[in-house]
Amino acid sequence: MADIAARGSVAATGDSRSSLHKLMQRKSTIAFLMTLPLIVLILVLVAYPAGYAVYLAMLNKGMTRFVGFGNFDFLFGRETFWMVVYQSCLFAITAVIFKAIIGFVVAHFVHNIPSKGQRKWRGMLLVPWVIPPAMSTLAWLWLFDPSYSALNWILAGFDIERIPWTGETGWARFSVILVNVWIGAPFFMIMYLAALKSVPEQLYEAASIDGAAWWQRIWYVTLPMMRNIIAITALFSLIVTFANFDIVRILTRGDPLNSTQIFGTWAFRVGIESGDIPLGSAVSLFMVPILAVAATFILRDITKRGSEV
Amino acid sequence: MANAAVASPTATTISGRKYGSMNRDRKWALRWSYFFLILFAIFFLTPPIYMFITSLKTSAEISAESNPWWVYSPTLANYIELLTQNQYLIFFRNSAIVAVLTVLITMVISVIAAFALARMKFWGSATLATGVFLTYLIPETLLFIPLFKMFAWVNETFGIQLMNHWWTLIILYPHLTVPFCTWIMIGYFASIPKELDEAALIDGATWIQTLTKIFIPVALPGIIAATIFCFTVAWAQFLYPLAFTTSTTELVLPVGIVTTLIKGDVFNWGQIMTGALLGAAPPLIIYAFLMDYYIAGLTAGATKG
Repeated sequence: MADIAARGSVAATGDSRSSLHKLMQRKSTIAFLMTLPLIVLILVLVAYPAGYAVYLAMLNKGMTRFVGFGNFDFLFGRETFWMVVYQSCLFAITAVIFKAIIGFVVAHFVHNIPSKGQRKWRGMLLVPWVIPPAMSTLAWLWLFDPSYSALNWILAGFDIERIPWTGETGWARFSVILVNVWIGAPFFMIMYLAALKSVPEQLYEAASIDGAAWWQRIWYVTLPMMRNIIAITALFSLIVTFANFDIVRILTRGDPLNSTQIFGTWAFRVGIESGDIPLGSAVSLFMVPILAVAATFILRDITKRGSEV
Repeated sequence: MANAAVASPTATTISGRKYGSMNRDRKWALRWSYFFLILFAIFFLTPPIYMFITSLKTSAEISAESNPWWVYSPTLANYIELLTQNQYLIFFRNSAIVAVLTVLITMVISVIAAFALARMKFWGSATLATGVFLTYLIPETLLFIPLFKMFAWVNETFGIQLMNHWWTLIILYPHLTVPFCTWIMIGYFASIPKELDEAALIDGATWIQTLTKIFIPVALPGIIAATIFCFTVAWAQFLYPLAFTTSTTELVLPVGIVTTLIKGDVFNWGQIMTGALLGAAPPLIIYAFLMDYYIAGLTAGATKG
């Protein structure tokens, strides 16, 4: 852009130095004004609340007194807190791994079939991602219903006893992960499919001439070529899954006995429903470390690619 | 899989028989692909189909011992009841207004900002672009508690009650949508050749004219993708309405269905499923007609930038 400005000033000649300066100044002022709504929005609705959360977390329950790390101390002493930490990590990591595997496998199958049918299959398989999570979780809640579970009805056909999908700790944890995988796997599928399409066919030809078996071709050609997109999709999904709210909230409300509670839902329970805003704020802040780590890696990848281009 | 089939017969033999076996291998690989795709499709489509099945049932049939996967006496009673009920229509209207206005506000803010960030380099613009992306990674579960407290403060200082009004959501939602939309619009704008806007500038176009006459028309696919993204996010958001709205006239669809149709332990599943299905309809319809844009919006976040 600088060269345009320069060209403009050459045309103007005469008082070139000062008019160039003015032009530059005007352009950057306009640009700043154009981004101002964005900046205000981020400052007021994201940056300030994020900082405010830290401050809130250091107040007592009535928000009248500064207690430093008192809330965190209190959390560390509670068994429920450690259960939430454990469940959040278990939930996020297991869900992301299964989403990635299912997404990868499905993407391969879609990639395999003749390209004129691919659109149709892709369209069909992405439906779980399109339905608002709150709505589809309701459908799962109904499939998991203790007395009328349609899934148990099918299992009864195979002489399998009815499963307490949301009633027992182990099964409830399984159920929330299952629903999360169901919603998220199609997203991975779409990302991987796009990546698969960009792997040059010659690489596969070269590999097959060298006598590589199918798993070798996946291991030595597909995976290295897709490494970037696999990493960024998984990291991105890790953030979203870790901060999940609606699935757990609707499916189990954190029950039985808070065993499926994750940071987001527990912060809601403590902060809004029980009215202890500082403690809820402290709970939600525990999401920051893992978010920061994932964000750092994503950012590194993006700036790296930015400099390559 | 198909590629694996190509690999197995040694590529050097050029006899017809070998080619025949290769074709057979490929055919089998294809059959297996279809087989597994059908399995996955069943897994992915069961819940929505079951929603539809349940929505056609009467309460009596839902609680009957009969096969839950079949409708013995289909009825539209659930649909009629919901669509003639004022409450559900209010949820729908609230959702629609909130989503549409969020889309408008978001697109105006993010297209203008993305243009400035992509083309008019200024002090701090690169940092701001990265910052925008980082903002996108901050989840709403981290922000709802401080926002809750901020609303109370606004009420005390300015006397404006932000709690329990559906229009509050219009103020809140842009922070979920603007960063991502700005980010993908920067990507789309950056891919437009510089010669285009240079030519416009030489012809004497102002920055605003360059934006409206060149960038917006050329980047229209990106704008459509961003709009769809924005609408689905605004339509599906659950945490903010749950935390900030309570009276039944102020609720939006997802929360409305969850809080009003589930009364204590009495679940009216026929109506819940109907409500959820109708609530899922707008994004699904948009997706059905604009699938390519939808997918472009999904993949843009990671592949562009």
